[in-house]
Amino acid sequence: MTRNLRTAFFSALLVIAVSVPVFGLKLTTVGIKVEVHLGDALTFWVIAACAVAMFFWQLFRTRLAAGWAASPSLPTVPAGAGSFFTLPSTQRYIIIALVLVALIWPFYGSRGAVDIATLILIYVMLGLGLNIVVGLAGLLDLGYVGFYAVGAYTYALLSHYYGFGFWTALPIAGAMAALFGFLLGFPVLRLRGDYLAIVTLGFGEIIRLLLRNMTELTGGPNGISGIDKPTLFGLTFDRRAAEGMQTFHEFFGVEYASINKVIFLYLIALLLVLLTLFVINRLLRMPIGRAWEALREDEIACRALGMNPTVIKLSAFTIGATFAGFAGSFFAARQGLVSPESFTFIESAIILAIVVLGGMGSQLGVILAAIVMILLPELMREFSEYRMLMFGALMVLMMIWRPQGLLPMQRPHLELKR
Amino acid sequence: MSRPILEVRGLTMRFGGLLAVNEVALRVDEKQVVSMIGPNGAGKTTVFNCLTGFYQPTAGEILLDGEAIQALPGHKIARKGVVRTFQNVRLFKDMTAVENLLVAQHRHLNTSFIAGLLKTPAFRKSEREAMDFAAHWLEQVDLVEVANRPAGTLAYGQQRRLEIARCMMTRPRILMLDEPAAGLNPRETEDLKALIAMLRDEHDVTVLLIEHDMKLVMSISDHIYVINQGTPLADGSPEQIRNNPDVIKAYLGEA
Repeated sequence: MTRNLRTAFFSALLVIAVSVPVFGLKLTTVGIKVEVHLGDALTFWVIAACAVAMFFWQLFRTRLAAGWAASPSLPTVPAGAGSFFTLPSTQRYIIIALVLVALIWPFYGSRGAVDIATLILIYVMLGLGLNIVVGLAGLLDLGYVGFYAVGAYTYALLSHYYGFGFWTALPIAGAMAALFGFLLGFPVLRLRGDYLAIVTLGFGEIIRLLLRNMTELTGGPNGISGIDKPTLFGLTFDRRAAEGMQTFHEFFGVEYASINKVIFLYLIALLLVLLTLFVINRLLRMPIGRAWEALREDEIACRALGMNPTVIKLSAFTIGATFAGFAGSFFAARQGLVSPESFTFIESAIILAIVVLGGMGSQLGVILAAIVMILLPELMREFSEYRMLMFGALMVLMMIWRPQGLLPMQRPHLELKR
Repeated sequence: MSRPILEVRGLTMRFGGLLAVNEVALRVDEKQVVSMIGPNGAGKTTVFNCLTGFYQPTAGEILLDGEAIQALPGHKIARKGVVRTFQNVRLFKDMTAVENLLVAQHRHLNTSFIAGLLKTPAFRKSEREAMDFAAHWLEQVDLVEVANRPAGTLAYGQQRRLEIARCMMTRPRILMLDEPAAGLNPRETEDLKALIAMLRDEHDVTVLLIEHDMKLVMSISDHIYVINQGTPLADGSPEQIRNNPDVIKAYLGEA
């Protein structure tokens, strides 16, 4: 009992210690000075009530839990339903249905919604790419945003200095990111787990700092602006075409509408995501995809079976990075502006969170998680101060509730021919 | 006497001040079962690790068909047909039994990126053959019923058999089994004995065996090497080993 009492006391204390500075103190700017003021009485009453509630909860937790277990259990989701949703065949149908919906709805959606959906698709692409490295090959990569940056800057620089269009720059951006993935792969071949994570984290930061400090070439912190938007076979979506170009609305003789451009960008993103999905689906059923998973499971056994871990690791890094490169160059085209601040560590963290939240190796999971991770902050703009708090809470809840992710990958069932 | 497929001369492995393997010599003839026995910590697994390229031996020569292989990395030795199992089973636990067998055929499959993306006929054929080969061996080791179960969820004896089947996927010439009977019940040990005999007689595989189960070793081996404290103690036929006073002393201590 005394132990319970002590735990309860310290838990209540912790509630006060955490919430008083966060909610109870207000910073106000008076002239050039910042002054600290206490919050209103109501806030303090709520904090006190929470502390008391926490105190009693900790005190009687075991008894409450016992009482809870004794009460008749609530109806739960049947066990089969969970596995039904994660079966590869079901996932395929769900994906087809999602694709159809995704193709049609933007024509009826609002401009803002389509814009957010485009952003979500970028993160889906990034999540799927990182899923290869982390989910399949089991190599914890915290610097994935570096490849994203390489892709974005490749297009930005090509467009800025040489006037390349989006479609010609896209494969080049993918190839550049692949090259960087390959280069990163070499020094980290011997590393695993935490050590690998640290080195890749450093790599991501190095790329960002390089872009920031190579002012001559990349424009430093200001970045590069005025990047060309993608065209539809040479037709632009601007109001007025540049010299020697034609605009979409003139060519088809329709009214100019700015939403057309947004929808077009959205459709390109969708196309890229579908391409990514297709390639990764195939990869999974190819020898190289199986080798990635085998490498995740047991590197020593791989070597004993004559597989070269070096090649397998490098291919995972390279192919994973390629998709980040595609996503990056699309990002640059959509924004029309790239700056190093778009490629901070938090981006890597969000992409990794998407992979973990969705369930390692599961593609539908990644899509779902990307929607959750990007849509939630957008929907809750009023609570944007607490964004990180909610982010953390979501992660903690997930680890308790479904440590394997929202929709974990299921092993494919292979028929043996008799 | 037939030509040796594997010949080891003066194999020495030193870890700092510890002499784990001292001047071990082996001679393994084709299509034979050769066993290595010795008390715990004698250095048998270290010999295996040297032979399969997991360790770089301090000194000595390892000749596969007369070609020195001691400087090669592990995966290259495996590609030359020297494949091993592990004392503590090392399966790809989250992958299904049949996937384990498909992974092991990596070297023999169409790994072309473009062919796989486009699912060309050549790619489909290669995949189908891999599947058939895997199915064939699942049958041989009696694991068809559990083909689509994750390997980690199989019973221990099944995992042992799956590991041997996985080695067979690489079409090995020499199969090195590190204590394959450890943790098996007498019934399963009998099955294992039959399996090893079949590998040698029907699939022309040379088997190098580390084992503590004397009944199994004595009944199946063509030749036995005894190692004690890293040093070769004796070698000969099962009959010779059984009656060797040095061996008895090493195992049972001084009378």
